[in-house]
Parts: sequence; structure tokens; C-alpha cells
Amino acid sequence: MNVEFSVYRYNPSVDAKPYMKVYQLDVPEGSDMMVLDALTLLKEQDSGLAFRRSCREGVCGSDGINMNGKNGLACITPLSDLLSAGKIVIRPLPGLPVVRDLVVDMSQFYDNYARIKPFLISDGELPPAREHLQSPEEREKIDGMYECILCACCSTSCPSFWWNPEKFVGPAGLLAAYRWLADSRDTATDERLSELDDAFSVFRCHGIMNCVSVCPKGLNPTKAIGHIKSMLVKRAV
Amino acid sequence: MVNNVSTFGRSGVHDYLLVRASAIILALYTFYVLGFIAFNEITYLSWSGFYSYLPTQIFSLLALLALLVHAWIGLWQVLTDYVKPTGLRLGLQYLLNIVAFVYVAAGILIIWGL
Repeated sequence: MNVEFSVYRYNPSVDAKPYMKVYQLDVPEGSDMMVLDALTLLKEQDSGLAFRRSCREGVCGSDGINMNGKNGLACITPLSDLLSAGKIVIRPLPGLPVVRDLVVDMSQFYDNYARIKPFLISDGELPPAREHLQSPEEREKIDGMYECILCACCSTSCPSFWWNPEKFVGPAGLLAAYRWLADSRDTATDERLSELDDAFSVFRCHGIMNCVSVCPKGLNPTKAIGHIKSMLVKRAV
Repeated sequence: MVNNVSTFGRSGVHDYLLVRASAIILALYTFYVLGFIAFNEITYLSWSGFYSYLPTQIFSLLALLALLVHAWIGLWQVLTDYVKPTGLRLGLQYLLNIVAFVYVAAGILIIWGL
């Protein structure tokens, strides 16, 4: 079966502007390969094609790209999911500067993650005798948040992140923020909320749920953001 | 934390609550007016009677003020998303807030002048 790919190409040191390059790939009948496998075969045709990949099984989050208009991980998206559209259009994640082809500069994304202080802050008032114990109920509260692999599929599908990336934290950062707000061992809840208490950092989320629709791990950043909004409101009124 | 002074509320939480509170008033007012239209024959007399009824007048004033608050915050959010040059953005916000105020003033004069 012949499959047509249209792939975003841009090498800033050579190309004046980005362009879409068409490739043909012969996919054996019945082999439902993943988009990453197809990209690897395309790279054999054209060694100049650049993309990120690492674990190739949906764990590392390196190969987030935009496939037929929807963000996702190339390694766990089968071609059959995309073939109903006829050809497969592949672009880099939207909203971040392109380094080359499908490789984007994630600095802003990581800056926003760093901004929410993604680590345990403890004032030492509850010193653990040997280890920091949690009850199963307390531990359950961070389910659905700790699983995030920071692939950036959600934040780069969010218009609020596109328009104000330096002010709005974005779904991935806010999911991580709530992961620490909900953690029974963390004692910096008030400081964390103070850092987010403005008109942009959290409240630029208008709940359109693009993040939920693209998350390759099936997480729900909109719900976590709703919890942060409730915490901010309860603290303020 | 990101600071801003050009929106209506004093903080993000304040904006968030004001938008929701004003939306509830606007939704209830819409049902109130639609209810009148649905269950009454619309003539000049019935319409002017409806708007000279004190609860309608107070509810209309409340809805106009809610519209001003809702439009101020909502347009500020839209403008800070889509208009990046600061001067242009502030100019547009200035004009649009004046327009929203004109609606409120015109509404008050019309309702209380009946």
C-alpha cells in the first residue's frame, strides 16, 4: 500500500522559509506501523530529515509532533489512525520556535515547568522518622498527575499558551503545579498559590480542553486547573 | 506572578468571579425578557408597561452594569491574547470600554426616561 506523507521541512541555515515536502512510502499490507517507524523509513529515503525520538514506546515524550492537525506521540500513533484523511500531514508541535524540521525549541515550555517549582518543599515541621509516609488515600490524590511525561503535546495545542507563553503557565506546567499542591507531604501550598494568583498564570485557561483531547497518557490537565482555580478562589474569599 | 492593571478586577480571582457573577445576571435577564415576549402579546402598551414596571427597570439597570463589567474583562482578555502592540491594545481597550459605557448610559436614560 502506497502512503503519501507531507512533511514540514525547515533548515534555518539553508532555507529562506519553511516548506512541505511530499514523500511516498510503500507500507506492507496488514502492517499497522507507528508514525515513528514511518518517519524512520522516510529518513532512509532522505537522511536530512530531522526529528526527535528516544524510547519509541510512549514513555520518554521525545517525539511529540503534529499529525494531520492533532498533536500526539509519533511512536504510539498507528498509521491506520491517520489514513482516513488520505495522506498524512506531519508538522512540528505548534507555538514553539522550530530548530529544524520537526525539532522544536522547548526552552519556554521548560521555563514554565521550572516556574511552578516541580519539587517537594517541606518546612521540616513534620520530619519523617525514616521516610516520608503517605496513607493510600493521600497517595491517591496525585494519581492522574504524576504520570505526565512532559511531551508538550498539551501546552502546544493550547491557544492561551500560543498567545501568552511567557505569562500563562500552560496545561503541562499547571498539571505539575497541582501535583505538588495536592501532595500531603508538601508544605508550601500558600507560597505556590501566591505565585499563581494573577490574571494570566492560571486564569488564562478558559477550559476548551484541547489539552485533554491530545494527551497521549490520557491525563486531564483541565480538571487539575479547575482544582487550582477553586483553591485560589477559596483562599481569596 | 504576573501583574496587570488594565483589567477591571483587582486580581485574577476577582476577574474570574466578576465574569461569572455578571454572566449569571445576564443569563437570568435574557430568560426574563424572553419569558415576557413568549407569554405576552407584544404591543406598544404592553412593552412600555413592562419597562415601566419597577422590578423590570431595576433588573435592566443591573443587567446593563453586569454587561459593562462582563465586556470590560472579556474584551481585556481577548485583546491581551490577540493584539500585541501595547499602544494599539490600550487604544482599542479605551475605545471599546467607552462604547460599553455609552450602552449603559443610553440604557439608563431610555429605561428611566419612559
